Amino acid sequence: MMLPASQLWLIPALPLVAAVVGAAAPRTARRLPVVLALVAILGSFLLSLAALFGALAAPAAKLTANFTWFLAGSTPVRLGWLLDPLGAIMSVLVCAVSVLVFVFSTAYLREDPRIGRFFTCLSLFVAAMLGLLVANSLLLLLLCWELVGLASYLLIGFWFERPAAAAAAKKAFVTTRLGDLGFLLGLLWLFHATGSSLFYDGGAGVLEAGALERLAATVLPGGWTAATGIGLLLFAGAVGKSGQFPLHVWLPDAMEGPTPVSALIHAATMVAAGVFLVARVFPLMAADQGLAAVPVHALTAVAVVGSITALLGAALAVAQTDIKRVLAYSTVSQLGYMMLAVGVGAWVAAVFHLITHACFKALLFLGSGSVIHAAHHEQDSRRLGGLAGRMRFTYVTFLLGTGALIGLPLVFSGFWSKEAVLHAAELWPVSQLPFLAGLAGVVLTAFYMTRLVCETFLSRARSEGAEHAQESPRAMTLPLAVLAVASICAGWIGTPAWPWLQSQLTGAPVAAHGWSDGLGLMVLSTVLVGVGIAAGWWMYGRRPRVDARALDPLAQRWPRVFAALAARLWFDEWYAATFGRLLRGAAALAAWLERWVWGGVVGLTGRIAETTGEVNRAIDEDGLNTGFDRASDGLRHSAQRYARGQTGDVQGYLRAVVVGLAVLALLLIWGGVR
Amino acid sequence: MTASLLLTGLVAVPWLGALLLGVAGSLPARAARSLAVLASASTLVFGVLLLARFDPSLAGLFVEERVPWIRSLGIDYHLGLDGMGLLFVLLTGILGPLALVTTLRRATRVRAAGAWFLLLQGSALGVFVALDFFPWFICWELSLVPAFFLIRGWGGAHAGTAAYRFVVFTLAGSAGLLLAFAALYAATGTMNFTDLARLRAAGELAGKLGALGAWTPVLVFLGVLVGLGVKAPLFPFHAWMPATYAEAPAGVSMFLTGVMSKMGVYGFFRLLWPIFPEELRAYAGPLLVMALGGVVLGALAALRSGNLRHMLAYSSLNHVSYCLLALFAVAGAGPADGVAVESALVGALLQAFNHGLSASALFFVAGVLEQRSGGDSDFARFGGVRNAAPRFALLAGVALFSSLGLPGLNGFVGEFLIFRGVFALQPLAAAVATVALLVTAIFLLSFWQRVFHGPRSGAVAGSFADLDAAEWRVLGPLVVLMILLGVAPQLLAGLINPLAMSWAASLTLP
Repeated sequence: MMLPASQLWLIPALPLVAAVVGAAAPRTARRLPVVLALVAILGSFLLSLAALFGALAAPAAKLTANFTWFLAGSTPVRLGWLLDPLGAIMSVLVCAVSVLVFVFSTAYLREDPRIGRFFTCLSLFVAAMLGLLVANSLLLLLLCWELVGLASYLLIGFWFERPAAAAAAKKAFVTTRLGDLGFLLGLLWLFHATGSSLFYDGGAGVLEAGALERLAATVLPGGWTAATGIGLLLFAGAVGKSGQFPLHVWLPDAMEGPTPVSALIHAATMVAAGVFLVARVFPLMAADQGLAAVPVHALTAVAVVGSITALLGAALAVAQTDIKRVLAYSTVSQLGYMMLAVGVGAWVAAVFHLITHACFKALLFLGSGSVIHAAHHEQDSRRLGGLAGRMRFTYVTFLLGTGALIGLPLVFSGFWSKEAVLHAAELWPVSQLPFLAGLAGVVLTAFYMTRLVCETFLSRARSEGAEHAQESPRAMTLPLAVLAVASICAGWIGTPAWPWLQSQLTGAPVAAHGWSDGLGLMVLSTVLVGVGIAAGWWMYGRRPRVDARALDPLAQRWPRVFAALAARLWFDEWYAATFGRLLRGAAALAAWLERWVWGGVVGLTGRIAETTGEVNRAIDEDGLNTGFDRASDGLRHSAQRYARGQTGDVQGYLRAVVVGLAVLALLLIWGGVR
Repeated sequence: MTASLLLTGLVAVPWLGALLLGVAGSLPARAARSLAVLASASTLVFGVLLLARFDPSLAGLFVEERVPWIRSLGIDYHLGLDGMGLLFVLLTGILGPLALVTTLRRATRVRAAGAWFLLLQGSALGVFVALDFFPWFICWELSLVPAFFLIRGWGGAHAGTAAYRFVVFTLAGSAGLLLAFAALYAATGTMNFTDLARLRAAGELAGKLGALGAWTPVLVFLGVLVGLGVKAPLFPFHAWMPATYAEAPAGVSMFLTGVMSKMGVYGFFRLLWPIFPEELRAYAGPLLVMALGGVVLGALAALRSGNLRHMLAYSSLNHVSYCLLALFAVAGAGPADGVAVESALVGALLQAFNHGLSASALFFVAGVLEQRSGGDSDFARFGGVRNAAPRFALLAGVALFSSLGLPGLNGFVGEFLIFRGVFALQPLAAAVATVALLVTAIFLLSFWQRVFHGPRSGAVAGSFADLDAAEWRVLGPLVVLMILLGVAPQLLAGLINPLAMSWAASLTLP
């Protein structure tokens, strides 16, 4: 069965319906939204597979189904659906991860009275993400993009009674919206420059040759082109959504959401959206590549931001003690790798890494969820420990996920996708810095994951929660098993020996280049992984922690570095001191203007009217009747009298207005009729 | 029933209802309430009947009544409706009954409140259908009277002062309007909008006004600008607004922000732009800055508010300023990119309608909070409302995100089209205005975090009832419309597209 492009809307529609019905269902119905959500996501999964078959049948053809949303004046605002391998593969991935997360959640939130609400939000989240993947219009993509933001807001703040969760939800929404402003401006510019927002439209789309040539030929002052400007603005949106430096600060806080949400946000949805966006509009991002006059090519900026993020995230992960936060910074770092790959021109490698990362990061997050669930919501790795024996299944799958993340050679998926990224970075003609950043990140990744595993699972239990931990129920371990298999096998679709994914995504056969090309790099990165693991083991595995309050070995050795990293390099504080203060200052200024300047005008107008009325009255009553003394006396009297005078005056005036108008109207009608 | 009677009936039925309530002294409160609701809901019925007559192929008036009224002065009884007027009539028809029900729900002196409200509603409708300055101005001014008494008689603790300032400030604006039209009349011998626009189009108006004095055209333009600007409001003529919106009873605030502020926006499109396009273009720069000031400073002032009503007032300033921003960008551009012009104009009118829905809904939310807490809507008095009243939180949340411009809800469409148009015409202004989008998200979500999230505290700590049936009937339809119009904006855009096209065509002609 193949799904034609005109039916693609069904993929996001199913979970959307589940979300709408779930939202409308009575609050006492706990089971209905859960069942609906599961059925809908399974349906979407099957439809995505059908779509994938259709896309693979003709990988180079961009199958579209465009339609008019509404008319603004004479101009139609058009949206559309797009069936190509990129969107279809991503849909399958998102659905597959979602199915597992949904199953996991049924057990994880069994006790929560709002489990129905939770699945409603999950469905909305997945629906928005799927819509984003099959959109053939930047406007439709933005629409779904914002809905992803809404759903993540609802899910991060799912336990909204907790102030920290409520604050984290707002922070995520606002920080990503900051990037979205760039996205919006990029979209507006694109609209203005090309008159369309459709990606592919039989030659008239914005990602097709005609529009791209025009955008690259539109030169702005300073040698910039419209393509560069639009590309950079759209990338700003991706920076926010994908947690790139300098907007990465919301991602670790998003850990306040229930752990399955973290798995979903960090694996296949939300953060993947930013990488997907730049991969989707890659032809536009790359349109200025041939122009030497452009000061900074759009892709160069992407590569720089990606490199910084890859390194920064890995460094910050080293000093975290909350397991979910370690994984969160790990996500930041891995997303940096993906952006780095796009930046050096290898968007296919980015998507490859996105796919494998989705599998093993979902595994690691669900694994951490299994731990947290078993240890009675203890998630500080210093207070865990000794779980290797108590939760053998979780431990083994977590180890497999770790192996994939740090890229243990040959077997694990992460190895292949990371090789693809590093290989592309190595060949980048502009600079070797991204490549070096990537290599440094490899060491750090191996180090912090070894640390995390040692602290969490080895030694002995260091809290009551950890002591009583037991293996999680089947509904939680089954998804772990599936994801563990995927964490290994997902890499096979893109090895140098059989670059199936690369061929499908580019729509042109990519030659297998055997083992000779890049073998040196493989050996090098294997050595680096070994160094990272050895260092981690030497510090944390050799003499594992026995006391929850003991100082971290790293902190003993380099207390300053550790403190700086543990404080997340003070990004939040720095933003609060600059951006936050600027905003507060501006708001205070606006309020001051309101109170003293514009409000003063109102006060003055009122005062003039009052005074005029009072003077009038004074002249009438006092000046004409009793003389000047009484008049000045009356004027000197208290504000109370003014107040009484005021309202009375206006009422009288208004009454006069009504009567006057009525009399005038009557007179005129009478006069007019005559 | 002929078409012309539809327009007369549209305005007359609410007034008739007001009159009945006014004279029927012994009417029990229940009956008075029913009568008031019926008279108010008649607007929606008339609106739908008019909608059925709407002809999308016609850019101009599709219903018109014009009979000589006061021959000696050349004044006609001239009512007419085009797509834009119909848009605002429908808005009044939707919001009027809902705001009325809210006003009367727990009001004392139901009869009086109902009568004042219907007078207000009829006057607003008169503004939207009258095409001659004389009847138009009567309605424009008449709307002040019931608004004043509603605020003063049924409002909050400082309602007296607020109502007083509201009236004085608005009257000062109206004085400018009146003088300007007196001058126009003196120069041309007519006060009919369509005739004046025709004179302008023929290029005769400037000469005739100039004959009265070199500065007359500019002064007349400024008079009209200020009169309309106070009502809309155009920054910085908005200063009467926060206190007024804060002190008025919730239902009246719904109507003030939902319908009355749209009288100002409507005036900009009906009076100012067609009659004074040259002046508007000459002053487009400063006007654009003023609109931007409303957009940005409105949002920033809202950020500083610790009270829901104040925050919503400034948020309204911000949202209405987008409409004016679009108009000024178009008016300043002259012959320009037709797509951008149409986009901005359609966006501005959609925004006016959509803001009416979401702002009214949010003022209703403020009313619900105040009623539950027995006091004002300071954020500090609340916490964890979502826990106590989940259904209320769901509906209020939709209204909040509609106001925030979330795609899929009504607010997005208008704002997006405005931004698309303004970006093409005035890219810098559009870029500056995007800052307000961020600030809007911050202040709305901060309010939400403080009042709806977190542990239950303050007035919510004890018992806090979820929406009752009557409240559902107000908020429910608004939320349904927000979703419907967000998904299917063509329902509204269809009404104004013909107008926008003809406006754009007249602009692109040399």
